[in-house]
Amino acid sequence: METKTLVRMALMAALIGALGLIPPLFLPLAAGAPITAQSLGVMLAGLLLGARAGAGAVALFCFVVLLGAPLLAGGRGGLGILFGPTAGYFLGYIAGAYVTGLLAPRLPFGTAVSAFLAAVIGGIGVVYVCGIPVLGAVAGIGLWKAALASTVFIPGDLLKALAAALLATTVLKGWRAAPHG
Amino acid sequence: MRGGYLAADTVLHRLPAGVKLAGLVLGSIALLPLQDPRLLALALAAVLVPYGMLGRRGLSRLAQWAPLVPLLAIVGVIQAFAETPAAALASILRILALVLMADLVTLSTRLDDMMAALGFVLRPLGVLGLDPRRLALAVALVLRFVPVLAQSWRAREEAWRARSPRRPRLAVFAAFFAGALKGADQVAEALDARGFSFLKDRRRP
Repeated sequence: METKTLVRMALMAALIGALGLIPPLFLPLAAGAPITAQSLGVMLAGLLLGARAGAGAVALFCFVVLLGAPLLAGGRGGLGILFGPTAGYFLGYIAGAYVTGLLAPRLPFGTAVSAFLAAVIGGIGVVYVCGIPVLGAVAGIGLWKAALASTVFIPGDLLKALAAALLATTVLKGWRAAPHG
Repeated sequence: MRGGYLAADTVLHRLPAGVKLAGLVLGSIALLPLQDPRLLALALAAVLVPYGMLGRRGLSRLAQWAPLVPLLAIVGVIQAFAETPAAALASILRILALVLMADLVTLSTRLDDMMAALGFVLRPLGVLGLDPRRLALAVALVLRFVPVLAQSWRAREEAWRARSPRRPRLAVFAAFFAGALKGADQVAEALDARGFSFLKDRRRP
């Protein structure tokens, strides 16, 4: 791995953390759980750095959070995250970034549309597939109710996927130096 | 930046990080099968003791987990209707005890000790090309980049506000991201120039 890739991964991980500092928007019905810009960072990691480095950046972010850095939305961090009901979403971010980065250059549509669909499939689909079973098991409410409870986040996540796709295509247009090393 | 470590001199702080991690694993294995809310309440009370000993700082540490409360309330209501109120209470107590127990390890362990302990756990991943030195550098870079990025974003936002009454447009975000990535490449060049080439793949000429 080149130093350049390593530093880019560190920067993307820090960006995900910085996005968590943006004050979360509380939806009245969303189980009170904060809608944050953090998953936007996960989609961007896959779109900007590609599958491997993108997933690496998110894994690095998760590692730093588990070390105790308060980078998760609301200033949370530490090993407690792994034991809460949202642990599946947290670790699912890694797979989500990978799938987003994998699909974006391979989908047969325009750049922006492919990026949006990749962000929806990876950043929403894969993350939910990882998160819902854990929420259901840890909270003891079962798969269906956990899935139902998660649907309130979908409108916000769709907006984030759209923002990620637009941002990534704009950034990549100006930043032609091949991001995949 | 507010850290996960809480400086104090308790028994927990003096224990080696590896012992605490092992204790956390054993403790969670013991708590997971418990169904009796009374036993779980007892476990939660035991976990809360060290927080009490830390006084006001311990209490403000507990307040940090407030975002979990609405989620737990929803879980409790769903489960109380689907099963029994006792099962709902048991779930909530179990999650609280597990989360707060894990947070005890975080608040009593310095970041570098935690890094060494988790690095040991992650050592098997070395087969996949995970180099502890690279990981240490990457973690240090992330911790440094977060305040730098936050400051850089505030500067851009201020510049926008000075010129427009509207909220920053997407283009401002895009420029911020592009600038940040360009900055990362400069940091990489600076690292290479100072002899960090050992971080490069050794197969390269």
